Amino acid sequence: MSLLTTLARLEAVRAGVAQPLATVRHRHVSERPFALVPLAAAGETGAPLAMLLGSDREHPRLLTVPQPLDRDLRFAFLARLGDELLPYLESFGGDVELLERNVKDPESGEKTVEVRELCADAPQLIVPNPGGVELLGLFGRSTRFRRTAEDPDPGPYPAPARVPLLGRWLTHLSERANVPGSSMLLPLTSTLARHWATGQSSLEDAHLGALLAWIAPPEGSRGEQAASRAENGRDERGQLLVPPAGPATDPDFDSLLLAPAVTRYDAARSAQDEPLTRARAEEIEALLRSVLLPVWHQVWQGIDLLRELPPAAHVVERWEGDRWSYTGHRDRVAAGEPPQPLHDDAVTAARKLAQREREQVRVDLEEALDDPLAMAEHRLAGQAFAGEVVEVQPDYDTSGRSPKPRPLVTVRTEDRPHLDPGGEVHRAGGPSTQRAELAWLDAEAGLLTLRLLSGMGRKKEPEPGSVPEQGEQVCFTLFELSARQSAPLPDPEDTPWTHGGPPQ
Amino acid sequence: MNHSTHPRVDQPLTPLEARLAALRGDAAARSMDARALAALAANPGCDRRAVLDAAGVDKASLAARLGSPAAFGQSPFAITRGLVFERRLRADRCAELVALLRSELLPEASAQTPVEVPDLLPSEGPAVRAARTRVALSEAAAAASAGRAWTLLDRPLLRLDVAGSSVSLEPDAIVVGPDGRWTVVEIKSFPILDGSADPTKVGAAARQAAVYVLALRATASALDAAAPSAVRPAGASGAGKPGSPYVEPEGLAGAVRTTGLLVCPRDFSNVAVAAPLDLRKQLAVTRRQLVRMTRIETLLAALPETARLDEAPEAVDALAHAYTPDCLAACELSFHCRTQARAAGAVETLGRGVRGELGSLTTVEAALAATGEGEALARAARLREEALAR
Repeated sequence: MSLLTTLARLEAVRAGVAQPLATVRHRHVSERPFALVPLAAAGETGAPLAMLLGSDREHPRLLTVPQPLDRDLRFAFLARLGDELLPYLESFGGDVELLERNVKDPESGEKTVEVRELCADAPQLIVPNPGGVELLGLFGRSTRFRRTAEDPDPGPYPAPARVPLLGRWLTHLSERANVPGSSMLLPLTSTLARHWATGQSSLEDAHLGALLAWIAPPEGSRGEQAASRAENGRDERGQLLVPPAGPATDPDFDSLLLAPAVTRYDAARSAQDEPLTRARAEEIEALLRSVLLPVWHQVWQGIDLLRELPPAAHVVERWEGDRWSYTGHRDRVAAGEPPQPLHDDAVTAARKLAQREREQVRVDLEEALDDPLAMAEHRLAGQAFAGEVVEVQPDYDTSGRSPKPRPLVTVRTEDRPHLDPGGEVHRAGGPSTQRAELAWLDAEAGLLTLRLLSGMGRKKEPEPGSVPEQGEQVCFTLFELSARQSAPLPDPEDTPWTHGGPPQ
Repeated sequence: MNHSTHPRVDQPLTPLEARLAALRGDAAARSMDARALAALAANPGCDRRAVLDAAGVDKASLAARLGSPAAFGQSPFAITRGLVFERRLRADRCAELVALLRSELLPEASAQTPVEVPDLLPSEGPAVRAARTRVALSEAAAAASAGRAWTLLDRPLLRLDVAGSSVSLEPDAIVVGPDGRWTVVEIKSFPILDGSADPTKVGAAARQAAVYVLALRATASALDAAAPSAVRPAGASGAGKPGSPYVEPEGLAGAVRTTGLLVCPRDFSNVAVAAPLDLRKQLAVTRRQLVRMTRIETLLAALPETARLDEAPEAVDALAHAYTPDCLAACELSFHCRTQARAAGAVETLGRGVRGELGSLTTVEAALAATGEGEALARAARLREEALAR
């Protein structure tokens, strides 16, 4: 946690309400998001218990498993989940834009135009917390390899038809959620915690109810009281007033309400009394609905809060990455490729890691450019400075054949960048990328004189508007403002056999 | 009257034990287990927890009486599932566990060596069980050195001295292999999925297993001392690096492997799978933290002689706490301590790292005061204000 975040938390303690950590919204929020509130059965790995889901906040759909130990019921649940979710996921596949790019034929060397499809929008799933992302990944892992009755060799326990397809989508989405800055599968708690600092620790922020209690405390109460009630308040039956956002249920709910209801359901089922079994299943449904509905409303409250923030400038660009990811998976499914393997091969793993590292750098840079609060972190750390231009002097580099513009710009700042004369800086928020070097500095007066080195066009005089003017506010960073591309990985045939290449 | 779960008391209570029993009052004693020790080792500065655990106080009911119960507990479904898994492994004189260990731990040449599963008298009192475990361990060591058999000790009982009071620990199992090495086996009900498991859960299991290794080493040294004629590598005084946390002990204690064995269900099934667990780091940390802990007698001095927690739970406030948000996952009393820490304005309530970041500013009030002109946080405060004003 940085010092500025700590400061925001301290202010939140004083104010009794969460304080902003961002002036803009750094994640994409779709116009038509699909919310899911999953619950897992305690003790069983990746076993669903219930889920409230849908893109219509007024009419959520409830799916339940009355006896989580019964694998047939589990797969019936997943089949219904597929019926709800797959039409939403597939609905974005039809509307595409066509992008052209020039490619060089590797053999003939001829330049040709390649047309590629990019889906105009992508689905967005929103779950309460990272645990929800993980559970969806587990559902994906447990279903994507299943065989169905349509397979040539269905095996003894064929799964319902579209369940493996659902598994592949869920696997793809939960993998994508690991990419920094992606918004296709968004855990709400960490997204909210990126934008607001509460007066509690980040561990406590993982509780959606407590987090919302800090961000929007009910009229007349302070954040810590509201959060404490959300964490720990119980009614006369010993049940939590604000049920946990899953995927784990409250142990007291399990032992006092759910376990007896499941026992009654089992009894009715073993007596083969069908109407009674159905009634018992409905009882369980009602129980689960009662703990899921409050969370459902919290999720939409969180989405509303995020929507109130203006989107950051680079969000659209990053969402395009999600659209590519969606299009790529759509194409792989259509091409009949096999499901994602249990373990990535070395090349895929290296590629994924490189992508995540690159995206992390990119998100950090873009957030700093989009958000003065994020830039303030760098300014405090001595990695950037901002201030007013007090003087601009034209100057030229005459060492070459024709003179080049190298104007001197003096900036007055209170920041203390870790910079010595000759050090390179990069202009943030300028008309184009622009490098400069520190010519000299007067630390006492807070005056830094910079020599602009690029971004001024090719003529003798700089392009109009490319040099900051006197009185203008400018910001420079000590780090480069674009993520570096890592060296490409070798082609499959050149990859060493140790890393998955062909045998020698 | 003493409703202790230790009915077969063999020796009279020491003054310290008597004092701790009085503190507990009429409430039943909770025996300190490896989980509690591991939690204590994670926060060794907490006097409150040290005393309460040593006295065997039920912290959950204490927290309820103090009016801030913590949401601790396990779902009955999870408990059932864990029990079913353990029962399956232990059924039929641990047949399934033995088969698994045979394939995991034994070199192929000795895979056919017969296995001993001695009866460790699990229904007896702790003193008897601890003595029985000691005997079984020395027999197993003898059997191993004679090359006759390897031994599986199912639910042995070990004793470990922590901060001046003796703690009973019950590992899931200990294996004495044909090579004479001892391995701690930890059975858990979380899954190993595609060869990997939840790192937090594995970490907790490793900390517990490290406590068992320490207790096992202590027992082994006691066995060594009791039988001076036992085989002992003479002259091998491995005092090369006495200060090193990774130095291996000599004698029988050196037979305890620093790699434990984690036994978990595989993937989505109920089939057991075992994985080695490197405990060296946890061992070094736990040992250091346990040594660092203040002796219980010293901590008890903060309490009045007549304090009884079953009658006056608020007496606990005389003991200093060391609240950090990590406590919320490990201690039943955490909500109570959090309320107190917040009332005192301690900056630790915002996260463990915050204290380090703010240095001498230990309260929220002091830190906020330091945002004033010319103070330590003035620059940060102005930058934040400027960014928000735009």
